[in-house]
Amino acid sequence: MSMNTQGRPTSAGEAGEAFRPKTFTGNRALDMEEPLIFEFGRLDVTGVDLDEPEDFVAELGGNERKDALELPGLAEPEAMRHYVRLSRNNYAIDSGLYPLGSCTMKHNPRLNEKMARLPGFGDIHPLQPLSTVKGAVELIDQLSHWLMTLTGTSAVAMSPKAGAHGELCGMMAIKAAHTAAGRDPKIVLVPESAHGTNPATAALLGYKVVSIDAKDEDGTVDLEALKRKIAEHAGDIAAIMLTNPNTCGLFEREIIEIAAAIHAADAYFYCDGANFNAIVGKARPGDLGVDAMHINLHKTFSTPHGGGGPGSGPVVLSDRLAPFAPLPFIRKGENGPVLVETEAGTVEGEKPFGRMTAFHGQMGMYVRALSYMLSHGSDGLRQASEDAVLNANYVRVGLQDLMSLPFGERPCMHEVLFDDTFLKDTGVTTLDFAKAMIDEGYHPMTMYFPLVVHGAMLIEPTESESRAALDLFIATMRDLVLSAKRGETARFSGAPYLSPRRRLDETKAARNPVLKWTAPEPAEVTPVAAE
Amino acid sequence: MRYLPLSDTDRADMLARVGVDSIDELFADIPAKARLNDLVDLPRRAGELQVERQLSALASKNVPASSVPFFVGAGAYKHHVPSTVDHLIQRSEFLTSYTPYQPEITQGTLQYLFEFQTQVARLTAMDVANASMYDGSTGTGEAVLMAHRVTKRKKAVLSGGLHPQYREVVEGLSGQAGDVVVALPADPKGTEDILSQIDKETSCVVVQSPNFFGQIIDLKPVAEKAHECGALLVAVFTEVVSLGLIEPPGTQGADIVVGEGQSIGNGLNFGGPYVGLFATRQKYVRQMPGRLCGETTDVDGKRGFVLTLSTREQHIRRDKATSNICTNSGLCCLAFTIHMSLLGGTGLTQLARINHANAVKLKGLLAAVPGVEVLNTAYFNEFTVKLPKAAHGVVEALAEKGILAGVPVSRLIPGKPELENLLVVASTEVNTDEDRADFAAALKEVLA
Repeated sequence: MSMNTQGRPTSAGEAGEAFRPKTFTGNRALDMEEPLIFEFGRLDVTGVDLDEPEDFVAELGGNERKDALELPGLAEPEAMRHYVRLSRNNYAIDSGLYPLGSCTMKHNPRLNEKMARLPGFGDIHPLQPLSTVKGAVELIDQLSHWLMTLTGTSAVAMSPKAGAHGELCGMMAIKAAHTAAGRDPKIVLVPESAHGTNPATAALLGYKVVSIDAKDEDGTVDLEALKRKIAEHAGDIAAIMLTNPNTCGLFEREIIEIAAAIHAADAYFYCDGANFNAIVGKARPGDLGVDAMHINLHKTFSTPHGGGGPGSGPVVLSDRLAPFAPLPFIRKGENGPVLVETEAGTVEGEKPFGRMTAFHGQMGMYVRALSYMLSHGSDGLRQASEDAVLNANYVRVGLQDLMSLPFGERPCMHEVLFDDTFLKDTGVTTLDFAKAMIDEGYHPMTMYFPLVVHGAMLIEPTESESRAALDLFIATMRDLVLSAKRGETARFSGAPYLSPRRRLDETKAARNPVLKWTAPEPAEVTPVAAE
Repeated sequence: MRYLPLSDTDRADMLARVGVDSIDELFADIPAKARLNDLVDLPRRAGELQVERQLSALASKNVPASSVPFFVGAGAYKHHVPSTVDHLIQRSEFLTSYTPYQPEITQGTLQYLFEFQTQVARLTAMDVANASMYDGSTGTGEAVLMAHRVTKRKKAVLSGGLHPQYREVVEGLSGQAGDVVVALPADPKGTEDILSQIDKETSCVVVQSPNFFGQIIDLKPVAEKAHECGALLVAVFTEVVSLGLIEPPGTQGADIVVGEGQSIGNGLNFGGPYVGLFATRQKYVRQMPGRLCGETTDVDGKRGFVLTLSTREQHIRRDKATSNICTNSGLCCLAFTIHMSLLGGTGLTQLARINHANAVKLKGLLAAVPGVEVLNTAYFNEFTVKLPKAAHGVVEALAEKGILAGVPVSRLIPGKPELENLLVVASTEVNTDEDRADFAAALKEVLA
């Protein structure tokens, strides 16, 4: 007997390194093409085994569905494979640095997921007897305490479902407070650098949005210009909506004076809390004169973004606005926290303006956020803010000699803003530059926002990145900048080259919107004449 | 701290590289008098085990739906969700991704949103659906605002069968925007005369079916009258499983359909996060709130998906946007889509039949309890019973016996003597014959 000495080759053959086969399936190894469920599911398949009910006489009153449901089903293994394959076409925090400025893509601890799934939280109904959900009410009360303590405020409306919903809640409380005082001001002041949700929220409530000017040298609010604007519209200003730290990643140094000027005009200070993560444990918005501020639990307190939601946007309120907090709210009782759900349940001094949503808000997010807070503690939360700011500044100094800072080499908060001056005459745009980052394995930063600088690039690394990860990111960005400056435009203009899809035609999508799948027309069959 | 990768050595080196002596120099823009020098008065950091103990202690003070005979509905429903769903939505690539603004590297999210929109459009028999709202109640508020934009009128008529908290959301939003809301009184039997309330000033009429009291409402006459007056019909549902068995709002003439999608794929979660379904006619698509995902091609000609018609949205249009919504219910859409893909039309219909059969059985048992009257003539998996005494006390007494019996109408609409004895009860596929028998027997005891 002789051994087979012809073993498995252990090195690549000579077959050309540059050869990229055009595959039959269109797949490229782990990169799979996946059809829509409507293209491979079948109407008579189901992946859920359900028993046939015993005989019963329907009592639907003649309202039965007449047409069969045109929804294809998948067996469990098909569904599993389909959605796993789809997932692989997504970038995610867990797979790489996600420097989206203003969005705070920090690590999402899995302990929080586990806690939210405890049956005592995940499997309780919003309207089961209050005697059977005491722990849930206690949890909301504890989370409220953390939020109020961290912000230096005395009330919080927990129910808003996301940041923009929180803005709406805060502005509705402000409107209710004006109405209660017999006032009806019509104007809300919003800086140009604001998130789009701010003017949209004000407009939703019938307010006229008046823009306020930023200082050229650093994009922060021009206090003198603001005072002139207030004088111009004396008596007609309901509120100012201001983000702080602002969307340029800078703290408004004159924030206390701004608040005082607004209060002197009988108006309220709404703070967009999207960037609260920069200052947790370092400063409290209540001490800065803020009357209302939403807190994106999905940013500052790490509840997962989930591909666009769900979020949660509790709003902390100053003493002056606290009475107007919407239903439901929690009142301290002798025997623990009491959940007030209806106007009939209110007492003297409580004047809820109404209700933001059915039930009690985003309980699933409350559990995750509290789990995050308990894990960090007062010391860890402050450390997280400090690390976030340090990381952003580390990126700033690593890039400021090659990229362009619109407001000079001053320290930033948790995010650093560049403009596109450094790309001048390279033929490369902010968009091209961002798309080239994709080929390097990075999610692009926030682009073209804020609107106050040209070709904005807003980078927020968060505290979740290690120094080594930042060093590689900085080195990659430097390589891209130098490449652009060398005139290697092809690397940018056609990018991305290596992603599951390359640049998509958004104009086509908008011009002729195809918003759902429809079965293709069956191909016309030409009858073949019989011989 | 286990979530923070920087070591003290890293921090020191990085501060030096940044060119400052201390971290506080980077916070120098905060006015000195507002800077916190000490830690805020909250507990210090804790390990996983400690946090788990603390939160588990709170969780253990609650009674989970699965642990008892459970008949609570009224806008949120206990259903069985296949294990696959929760596994898949926890895939890192779905869970920890952002809104798909960079379509080249978020086709996973975009494709499931396209599937979601198609499923919702087909379920409701409407032309187009968006990529979700926060929940059914906020979606209803947005539907009314959209109807105002479409009709350029300002008056909404709300049925007395609309979920009371949905009504409050609409009233709050419309009231502050200066619009008119005509809300009809609670309508437990589904016999209100809503047609006479619709006139030439009406922008929309909002009707829920099955309504808050479980009654299925024929939407066709309402649609007809609304359209005669140039108004829109906004059809609402809180139990999406009902669409497996009853006629969808789209074929009954609805112009906007909005509903709660929680029942498919999503747990009870004490009220959130849930997923708002929102669908309309093609001609109104540019007035819709929320994100829309559309099909297109990439430069290589391959099919792909993008967020589209975003000129309606706040990040482009600012104060001229159709809504201020930004974050929505992405991951809850995914749960919905996976569960719906598993069910298919066949499975959903079967699930709906089981729900209805269970409700029919429960109704028979409860109607046989002395003093109990069932108010509904047509219902799906939920109905309203009139008890011989206040429902609130009965529910508390039943809870003590370990049965979660339903929602007293007075919890949501207090202070109305005629509603004091009404109890809304639901029976889904999770209830066994034994659960129902226990409920009926316990109710008999409590009422005796």
